[in-house]
Amino acid sequence: MYQHTRLTTNRFTFFQKFRNFDYILLFCILLLGFISLATMYSTDGGEVLFHTRSHFTKFVVFILMMLIISFINIKYWFALGYLSYLVIIGLLIGTYLFGITSSGSQRWINLYFINLQPSELMKVFIILCLAKYFHRMKIENVNSIYTILTSLIIIILPMGLVIVQPDLGTSVLIAISGIAVLWFAGVNHKYFIYTLLGFVISLPFIIAFLKPYQKLRVLTFLNPDRDPLGAGYQIIQSKIAVGSGGLFGKGFLKGTQSYLEFLPEKHTDFIFTLFSEEFGFVGSVILLLIYAVIIYRIVAIGTSCRSYFAKIFCYSFGAAIFVFITINMSMVLGLLPIVGSPLPIMSYGGSSMLATMIGFGIVMSARVHNQQLIA
Amino acid sequence: MINSSSDNVKKLNSINRRMFITGSFKFFIMVGIVSRLFFLQVKENKKYLTLSDKNRIREWKLAPVRGEFHDYFGNVIAGNFEAYQLHVIPEQVDDFRYVIYRIKDLLELSDKEFKKVLKKKNEIKPWETLIVSDNLSWQKFSKINNHLYDLNGVKPVISISRNYPFKENFTHLIGYVSQANQNDIETTESIKKNFVPGLKVGKVGLEKTFEEKLIGTNDIERYEVNAYGRRISQLEFQKGRKGKTLRLTIDTEVQKLANDLLKEKAGSICVMDIYTGAIVAMHSSPSFDPNLFVFGISQDEWQLIRNDPMKPLVNKTLQGNYSPGSTIKPIVALSALENGIINTNFTVKCTGKTEMYGQTYHCWKKKGHGYVSLRNAMKQSCDTYFYEIARKLGVDKLSATAKKFGLGEKVFGDLFEIEKKGLIPNTQWKKNALGKGWLLGETIITGIGQGYIQTTPIQLCLMTAQIANGGHKIYPYLVVGDEKKDQPIDKYMPLYENSKNIKIVKDAMFGSTNEVMGTSYRSRIDDPKYQFAGKTGTAQVKKITEEERELELKTFEIPYEQRDHALYVAFGPYKNPRYALSIIVEHGGNGSTTAAPMAKKLFKLIIDRHKIRQSMDDKRYLEI
Repeated sequence: MYQHTRLTTNRFTFFQKFRNFDYILLFCILLLGFISLATMYSTDGGEVLFHTRSHFTKFVVFILMMLIISFINIKYWFALGYLSYLVIIGLLIGTYLFGITSSGSQRWINLYFINLQPSELMKVFIILCLAKYFHRMKIENVNSIYTILTSLIIIILPMGLVIVQPDLGTSVLIAISGIAVLWFAGVNHKYFIYTLLGFVISLPFIIAFLKPYQKLRVLTFLNPDRDPLGAGYQIIQSKIAVGSGGLFGKGFLKGTQSYLEFLPEKHTDFIFTLFSEEFGFVGSVILLLIYAVIIYRIVAIGTSCRSYFAKIFCYSFGAAIFVFITINMSMVLGLLPIVGSPLPIMSYGGSSMLATMIGFGIVMSARVHNQQLIA
Repeated sequence: MINSSSDNVKKLNSINRRMFITGSFKFFIMVGIVSRLFFLQVKENKKYLTLSDKNRIREWKLAPVRGEFHDYFGNVIAGNFEAYQLHVIPEQVDDFRYVIYRIKDLLELSDKEFKKVLKKKNEIKPWETLIVSDNLSWQKFSKINNHLYDLNGVKPVISISRNYPFKENFTHLIGYVSQANQNDIETTESIKKNFVPGLKVGKVGLEKTFEEKLIGTNDIERYEVNAYGRRISQLEFQKGRKGKTLRLTIDTEVQKLANDLLKEKAGSICVMDIYTGAIVAMHSSPSFDPNLFVFGISQDEWQLIRNDPMKPLVNKTLQGNYSPGSTIKPIVALSALENGIINTNFTVKCTGKTEMYGQTYHCWKKKGHGYVSLRNAMKQSCDTYFYEIARKLGVDKLSATAKKFGLGEKVFGDLFEIEKKGLIPNTQWKKNALGKGWLLGETIITGIGQGYIQTTPIQLCLMTAQIANGGHKIYPYLVVGDEKKDQPIDKYMPLYENSKNIKIVKDAMFGSTNEVMGTSYRSRIDDPKYQFAGKTGTAQVKKITEEERELELKTFEIPYEQRDHALYVAFGPYKNPRYALSIIVEHGGNGSTTAAPMAKKLFKLIIDRHKIRQSMDDKRYLEI
């Protein structure tokens, strides 16, 4: 019966779409949203202030958007793959030309109704674009020079536009998203090993080309105590906050490090620090578990999809989300140098949440339309 | 189609294999992050918890409350009062320029004061407290409090500060406190430990000597602060310990009288209990108001004190090296008696001057005293007699006796840094110090307390006390309780060979004061309750030439700096002696006319107050 439906029609009724929903994923996203709102409430000092209110609005709007996206057939998203990539490249160029400068970098573009950070969106849409590119590719063509060069251009173009903002962190994350697709598409693993080796070897030269503040970050990462009140301040305070949280944390709204404003950037990049201080090791592991379930569901959805495009998108998006999470956490736990990278959903910031929700939406659409074949 | 389907299968195989690798990779990374969390939050939790507390809790040390000085009767002679101060921590002020100009307006600071504040600000670290004003009037203090909303980072503070209610009366004894400088912090451990900006510490006198006891410990306030150092809430207030209050042996009434007697004069008065060594009064004149130093003395006032020809900064009681003049005669007589050089019947004919070794030595009385025995010689202070017995005695024996009675040695030991030893010369000393042999003529003038011999007023007082108590060793002290510890074994040990000799000297001193022809006869008190015995002294400041001697100038006709010092030592009441005193009036002229009358007033008061004093002590006085 089911198979019959599948074979005979690609049309899904509204009711069926609902039935096909991944409710575990949806529940986890809602739970994450709730936790992020509670944390935001704490960053506002236990009051519903600007950040909480704004984060709430964005979450509600974007989750509705995610639901709408998930009702739209995955084939339309496939169709939009290149176009959306080009639109965002356009936005990045626009940002370069007339973007809004804030704290020394030109990352935002004023779209009259919203100040958008196109680089954040690129993290997701580069996956969409490359997934489409590799969807039709024959396996033997994947490792052809032409394919690899084309896909590298697709990756390097937005990277370059983001680096000039300047925003090294986001451009690296865009690259990672793109490389994830290449990895799943089956590009020879030797290339990855060579690239990695090449990267390690050229690391000293790269460092030589870094801007002074970036060099400082690397040096600070290697030894935060070299300038505890300056460059090392963030990471030292972050570690203190996390470490002082202990097993069960200091309690909701009782994080002294954040409440007394020792924590920098506590709304955005360091939101996990605050959460970890207040909810301790147990809370942090629970949060990690929620993320793990989300990633697991994304991968599982990918596995359940019939179309290669949906599969590779889900896998790559899952891997990208995983990298975003781990890079952010490693950074606040002092395992990586400070690079500006938000924690998906948890961090304050519209563009990041928009991009993540679009990604979730497309994944959900893949789930809802998992029997959809794409020519 | 088949091709494409097999291609699809290949592609799916590839992606699934890659997915598997990625999955394992993800798993290990997750484990890594969880272990990092575990390391930070569970294993290293204590370390970071401490760091977090260090972050959020900041301690504020407040100046410790300084111990007080009380007199014997419990009157506060160095106490504390609440001073209104204004503190600013530059680091905590957003706009220092604005705030400081606002304060300048509110406090109506002069440009000079304002510059001083700015200078001070540049000298301290930004997180250290800048004391804008340390003693505000109540009006200005409340004005600041009313404008606090506008003065972020400004702290009005009520601080405990030093106060000397009797002003100049105790200055040389107690000393004064003033702002601690780098040297104080480095040399005194307790100051270093309790230091807060604006801490006042003892600079001279007992305030300095007993710094460790007086300073107390800080109050400590613990506040939760935010990253910008703003206080959020007080967590704890740890009360410090107030410094130890020291009770002195001084009687304020007597001290005040001493101050009054020496008004407009340079000199010293000290009064001692002859049995215990308790100092009843100790004053050096002129004095100054120690309160001036507490908040930093102004340059003008300082110059005024420093350049005063009467030298208010010198503690004459302890630092003044004076020729004892005739006040040494009791010791010379005692030494001669003890050494068997003379007996009470020994007489000398005084003709007003005597030739010895080719030098002429004059008696103060031009016409001479005629034949004088020991008692008469003491009574009338005949110099010729003492020239003679000194010659017979020799300087070495004399100096041995003098040293026994406490001359030539610090009376208070280490209590006062500034105390001088005086000088009791002997042949050995001269050889060592000057590299010359002793001349007999020098022995002769030593017999009347001139020449090399130098004593401090406190030494003369001790000497008199030890004669008065029958020749027993005592150790003077100032702080009640001090006499009980470290009792030297020779305390109360006899200083004489034969107690009769002491009695002879005491009797001679009685004659000097209470019998006609005695040098201080005019200052006597007949009432046996107050009757005292003493010895006058007139110490020459410069050698008198023959011409000057002929002129017979009156004191007021001589320039101030060349006038003789007037001295007097005495003990009383004669029948049952209890107190001894020494008086020195610099350039006061004559001991009998200037110094002795002061003794009369002093004894009257001291003996009147004896009963009250005795009621205060808990039978601690030994009955001798």
